[in-house]
Amino acid sequence: MTCCGPGNMVAVESDASAIENDDAALNALSRKLGDGTAQLEFAVPDAHCAACIRTIETALGSMDGVRSARVNLTRRRVRVNYDLAGRPSELAAAIRASGYHTYVLDPTQDGDGDPVFGEMVRALGVAGFAAGNIMLFSVSVWSGADAATRDLFHWISAIIALPAIVYSGRIFFRSAWRALRVGKTNMDVPISIGVILVTALSLLETLNSGKHAYFDGATMLLFFLLIGRTLDHVMRERARNAISGLARLQPRGGTIVRPDGSRDYVKLDEIQPGMELEIKAGERVPVDSRLISTGSSFDYSIISGESLPHHVESGETVIAGAACLSGPVQVVAERAAPDSYLSRMASMMDAAETAKTKPRRIADRASSVYAPIVHTIAITTFLAWGIFGGDWHAALMNAVAVLIITCPCALALAVPIVHVVAAGRLFERGILMKDGAALERIAEIDSVAFDKTGTLTRGNPRLVAASLPDDAATEMAAALASASTHPLSKAIAHSLGRSPAALAAVAEFPGKGVEARAEGVVWRLGSPLWCGVPAVDGREPSGVWLSRDAVAIGNFVFEDEVRPDARQSVNALKTLGLPVRLLSGDARLAVTLAAEATGIAEARAGLAPEEKLVDVARGRTLMVGDGINDAPALRAAYASMAPSSAADIGRNAADFVFTGEDLGAVPFVIRTARGAARIVVQNLAIAIGYNAIAVPLAISGQVTPLIAAVAMSASSLIVVANALRLRLGSGRKPLQNHKISLQERTA
Amino acid sequence: MSGLALLIPIAILMGLGALAAFMWALRAGQYDDMDGASQRIFEEDDRP
Repeated sequence: MTCCGPGNMVAVESDASAIENDDAALNALSRKLGDGTAQLEFAVPDAHCAACIRTIETALGSMDGVRSARVNLTRRRVRVNYDLAGRPSELAAAIRASGYHTYVLDPTQDGDGDPVFGEMVRALGVAGFAAGNIMLFSVSVWSGADAATRDLFHWISAIIALPAIVYSGRIFFRSAWRALRVGKTNMDVPISIGVILVTALSLLETLNSGKHAYFDGATMLLFFLLIGRTLDHVMRERARNAISGLARLQPRGGTIVRPDGSRDYVKLDEIQPGMELEIKAGERVPVDSRLISTGSSFDYSIISGESLPHHVESGETVIAGAACLSGPVQVVAERAAPDSYLSRMASMMDAAETAKTKPRRIADRASSVYAPIVHTIAITTFLAWGIFGGDWHAALMNAVAVLIITCPCALALAVPIVHVVAAGRLFERGILMKDGAALERIAEIDSVAFDKTGTLTRGNPRLVAASLPDDAATEMAAALASASTHPLSKAIAHSLGRSPAALAAVAEFPGKGVEARAEGVVWRLGSPLWCGVPAVDGREPSGVWLSRDAVAIGNFVFEDEVRPDARQSVNALKTLGLPVRLLSGDARLAVTLAAEATGIAEARAGLAPEEKLVDVARGRTLMVGDGINDAPALRAAYASMAPSSAADIGRNAADFVFTGEDLGAVPFVIRTARGAARIVVQNLAIAIGYNAIAVPLAISGQVTPLIAAVAMSASSLIVVANALRLRLGSGRKPLQNHKISLQERTA
Repeated sequence: MSGLALLIPIAILMGLGALAAFMWALRAGQYDDMDGASQRIFEEDDRP
């Protein structure tokens, strides 16, 4: 067992996140258990081993007021029961103190357990029980039980099969009915018709002491199909869980300041335009608002992907979702939540979704051809045997044999099983897939579009050059930088290290910089104009400057760092025959630089979200982006990917989410998807080939329940085995690479 | 035939027993955290 401890996750800690530190807000979020205790769930995305479970549970369990704490390692979360009188704000702090990133989860968003999964597994259990026990009697019948014994066995089989088919078949019947009601067909329609007809006929046979009953076939069919269905569901749930596990809690409310000065935490939908709100440092602005206190810096990274703080003057508008960097500040709500920026993006995404002509899933296309053919063959068999043979009973038996032999067991497994295997392979590489349809689409793309900030680049500034006259200036710059929480200051402090210089009267001016006195000299670290650098051609020079008594003496140059393997990944995409382009909302110069650094020839700068949307909507584009401004484009594109560091809304819009730093995930997904598409086609060919052999047998009346059972299992097994090839071949290598890259990151 | 009258109910009851056990385990939340369950055996429980 290995334990690499926390710290290998890429999640960026924003320690000032307000909601975890606010008792009132946490109590409002918690689930009340009635006996004076409440329950909260925290995500612990880094927990991954027994030691992690123990550390977290011990840290929480030893706190006053905590009744119990239990880590769920599958869902990467910890559930805490605590006394309502206690201080829930200490819970997150305790988890952090034990070395794990954490944030609180909203119980209303994501309920307890997974009802669909429970239903499926129960149905699977019942179908498995019925299939197994009926097979016991069927084997006896096949080995020669006859007369009264055979009738008895058929009757017992019927008693077991009927309730099991009703119970386990519901899932298929319901889905088939939903499709039929709106005049469509899906794979569940032929399944339901087949199962119902086979059961009805077997019952009839049993009543008439007939020779053949297909109860075993009907239940086994449901059992096999449910296995495929459940695996498919588990895969999707796992991706959904992992994605929601990454999700930080968006502002669910805010602190309003009443006219009498009292403060109150209210929920998001209770905030009305005109209300005065207080935003603490680190908190996100809940609705589009106007700033009324003095100018302040806001982090717009969640909105535009832009990492540098955005300065907002008093009286200007702050967009919902922006995080306050220096606080607390007072704002007046301008719009209610449904009209705010986030919601407008969401409605743009919905519009993109409806406008998009979604390609039909390959399984649905196959079944729309398949069902009419199968039903025609069955009816023809029935009529032909009846008219030419004269024996309507035999005709019915043969028609039902056709139905059961063609019941799309292999066909229904052919596609989902490949997707499950592919998803498992992607998961090992740290890539989460939303559903199988996405895998089909990404295999068909004809170009790739990247967003710049946060996708091609890391999204955080790095100091690339510093010019400082002497050691004293360096010392002062380091001291000033460490006195500020501005990302650029942090980058400077990080590269210059700690400074022993003593500062007096340190003051931070939002949007300008930091000022301090030392030995009678005024030092400033901040924007060029503020530090006395003259404007060039009416425009402010770039970078951060250092001034001594209003004379600029040094400067720092920053660059948004391109992800380490961006160039390599772009090349890999070109080798796959996909043209790559860059779409950014950023300025022309920065975009050109990033395009050159990564070897992308086509780059468009200064795009609004709407323009990105239009650009990716043509052709079959794979959009890779992360910001809220990318979300509509992610939704409109033929297929989409987002890094796990993306904004929640972007992550939810994307088909694939990749954790980790490397963009190599993009070509990897495309290669895997193409491999999966090949195997899907093979599987469909196998399923059709099986039918081509078995159907003539069934038509000619050669198929007994024994042959049907063997043929059905054999074809399903072949299809599953073929899907597993996706794992065997080149499946090992990327896994090792992933481990290596994990270790590198830890180191 | 008399043998069957005894053996068949036994077989079916055993099957039902297994099904009931599975349903109970499902309901009791034993399938909620498969990863955690496999890790927790490494944990030494000092508590009484």
